[in-house]
Amino acid sequence: MTNTINSRTTLLRAACAGLLTTAAGGAAAIQSRFNLAPPVTQIARDVHWLHNMMLIICGLIFVAVFSVMFYSIWKHRKSKGAVAANWHENTTVEIVWTVIPFIIVIVMALPATRTVVAMKDTSNADLTVKVTGYQWQWGYDYVRGEGEGISFLSKLATPVAQIEGREPRTSTYLLDVTQPLVVPVNKKVRVITTANDVIHAWWVPAFSVKQDAIPGFARDTWFRADKIGTFRGQCAELCGKDHAFMPIAVQVVSAEDYTKWVAGKKKEMAALQDDPLKQWTLPELVARGEKVYQTNCQSCHQANGQGVAGAFPALAGSKVVASKPDQIQILLGGKNLMPSWKALSDVELAAVATYTRNSFGNKSDEVQPTEFKAARK
Amino acid sequence: MSAVIPTPTADHAHDHAHDHPHGWRRWLYATNHKDIGTLYLWFSFSMFIVGGVLALALRLELFQPGLQFWRPEFFNQLTTMHGVIMVFGAIMPAFVGFANWMIPMQIGAPDMAFARMNNFSFWLLPPAALLIVVSFFVPGGATAAGWTLYAPLTVQMGPGMDLAIFALHIMGASSIMGSINIITTILNMRAPGMTLMKMPMFCWTWLITAYLLIAVMPVLAGAITMTLTDRHFGTSFFNAAGGGDPVMYQHIFWFFGHPEVYIMILPAFGIISQIIPVFARKPLFGYASMVYATASIAILSFIVWAHHMFTTGMPVTGQLFFMYATMLIAIPTGVKVFNWIATMYKGSMTFETPMLFAIGFIFVFTMGGFTGLILAVAPIDIQVQDSYYVVAHFHYVLVAGSLFALFAGAYFWLPKWTGHMYDEKLGKWHFWLSMIFFNVTFFPMHFLGLAGMPRRYADYPMQFADFNMMATIGGFGFGLTQMIFLYVVVKCIKGGPKAAENPWHAADGGLEWTLPSPAPFHTFETPPMVR
Repeated sequence: MTNTINSRTTLLRAACAGLLTTAAGGAAAIQSRFNLAPPVTQIARDVHWLHNMMLIICGLIFVAVFSVMFYSIWKHRKSKGAVAANWHENTTVEIVWTVIPFIIVIVMALPATRTVVAMKDTSNADLTVKVTGYQWQWGYDYVRGEGEGISFLSKLATPVAQIEGREPRTSTYLLDVTQPLVVPVNKKVRVITTANDVIHAWWVPAFSVKQDAIPGFARDTWFRADKIGTFRGQCAELCGKDHAFMPIAVQVVSAEDYTKWVAGKKKEMAALQDDPLKQWTLPELVARGEKVYQTNCQSCHQANGQGVAGAFPALAGSKVVASKPDQIQILLGGKNLMPSWKALSDVELAAVATYTRNSFGNKSDEVQPTEFKAARK
Repeated sequence: MSAVIPTPTADHAHDHAHDHPHGWRRWLYATNHKDIGTLYLWFSFSMFIVGGVLALALRLELFQPGLQFWRPEFFNQLTTMHGVIMVFGAIMPAFVGFANWMIPMQIGAPDMAFARMNNFSFWLLPPAALLIVVSFFVPGGATAAGWTLYAPLTVQMGPGMDLAIFALHIMGASSIMGSINIITTILNMRAPGMTLMKMPMFCWTWLITAYLLIAVMPVLAGAITMTLTDRHFGTSFFNAAGGGDPVMYQHIFWFFGHPEVYIMILPAFGIISQIIPVFARKPLFGYASMVYATASIAILSFIVWAHHMFTTGMPVTGQLFFMYATMLIAIPTGVKVFNWIATMYKGSMTFETPMLFAIGFIFVFTMGGFTGLILAVAPIDIQVQDSYYVVAHFHYVLVAGSLFALFAGAYFWLPKWTGHMYDEKLGKWHFWLSMIFFNVTFFPMHFLGLAGMPRRYADYPMQFADFNMMATIGGFGFGLTQMIFLYVVVKCIKGGPKAAENPWHAADGGLEWTLPSPAPFHTFETPPMVR
């Protein structure tokens, strides 16, 4: 296809590149090609160093061991008239080649131990963010530090048309998110992970941070980015059908820019706040619900509400959609592949329920946010 | 034990040779270790083809970025079932097939200890395979939770998940019975004079493997039974909301799973240890240390499981313990590689296909060993866990390790099994093409993983496009190359130059080389004396 970036030249480059080659960072998304992503935290630099050390030691042993093997393949072959010796034991040699690897392993383990301890030290954070894995998006809650109270969902922003090949793919294909996690540079950020449905893993290669997000449990990790920029990652634990479609983007900004962002974000959130007592009309809910449907439901149940036979039930003519209590229950509780959507607000849930009850040929009454509020209890 | 009592007269033994059913009954009612071995080998080869087709189907989708062929939910079924079928359907039964064929002949026993149980443990496998294949056609399709079947994703799966659980239960029961049979045979039915420390390495590695199987298959059965009750009977073993813990599933699974990877590699070590001395014309270097190294690997395999779980967020002490324990495994494994090379050193080598696969095994498996050591370092593992680096690592040890050893063993013993020599030229083609395409497929995956491509992805960012394209091309080449193997085997069964009793002129060869080729239906009814 035309949109495979210079596949021929890069293949060629791949063929002749050595193990340690790092491609220079070109376009924003291409962070690395042969080696670990260029590090932007001290931990990531340590991991780089560890990996290089391991690779060099292993490489040297490999060359040493296999030069002996290829030497004897070359020299000690029957076709060259080699006559087999008959020895098959040598205690000294056997002890030596047990003890030397043992020493090498200790040499490898010592610096690694230091890094393990450093990676686990999540104390004294300047900012704490809770990261929640959902099928299939990430929720970010700033729970402590500047920006406390900010909360938003972040999901894939790459259009379906690009995935299906109807539009050319951009360099950030599958890495674009609706809203990046914004953090200040040179500040220690503690990340608490958890999940809503199944296990996910929050991975940003440039930070050397990967932490499983486990439903019902909180785990933590941390990073201190020392470079301004956008750093991208993806979900690393198989979490169902859209596992490959829930990227992560972290935007590292200067302290001043961060303060500005926090102020702007808080204003934006206040504006979005729905009046909890408002009684909504059916057209209002349908209009709002269409948007909620497009971002959350469409990838399975399809734009026409027909679903995918055998995998995702059709909503058009669905008995569950027609019955208000059933629909409320399935939206909040999930069923089989259908995840729970309780992370959405009451208004969003009411809107999307109303939309599906009045689209694709369905005709029914509206669901009020208060009904979801009551059902949550 | 009674089983070792020799049959009194040779005449009587001769009668027995014709005393077995023919046609389909010969196979369905098979109690002869050679017939059952053959059944196992054909079963595993057909599962290898099925698993291979699934692998090619998923590589097809990964040829280019974007979704061209499959929906992501079906792609996940492909990766899951490729793993399940290759591990439980192809590699494990193949080694049991080798054990059935070779262990009685190598220790001078007339057959396996429990002939009817042997029949049962094989005939459990086809129904299990059927369940797995059928699961693609039930509503929701086959399970798509990965071969590791992590909770709570398994709870979301359709009935395909239950079929997979039943299939694994059945295959587990089959493995346990097979292991009991192998242990009993080896411990009780060795020919007079064959002490344990005189046993061929293949028998040693299988003895240790069989103990591993008995120890861990019930653990897997427990894990998947808990999954089953969580799915259907309202239990909460792995559900935090009910007081359970999803991470506990991983602990239980990997307590099975890590010994499992050695179950798939130790018999391979055994095969390689048999082949190298024959073609180097020099006794195996450090036989005793080989036995001790195998036992050490097996024992260590029980205390390293959580290195698969560094990213779940273990305490510092836990990470350090599992990191150190895992790194220790490099030592006995290194000893094995050194011993093989020392066996070749100052030998008088020839390079027939079994030897080529054995040398290829050592060379490529060692790369997988080194990436394993790199992965043992917790901070590096956290960076590349669940990435293509891990995919590259375990294919280097399972394809270039277990599978290459199986090929080596097949070429090595085909003359004994069939009585014909295989086509050496085609065998060499099979080796070289497998070696090249294997590396074209899996070497670039190291780069993909380091650069940040997660595994089990139906689609990927543009930066990973070129290496994925390369891997897909290599994968199809590797798959097609295996047809050469099928052709060579069929050709060898149908005819070919007559194989001598000891076709490789194994100087210090095992008892199998004292038998005629093809090995008669019943062998060693009178146990041989081992000096």
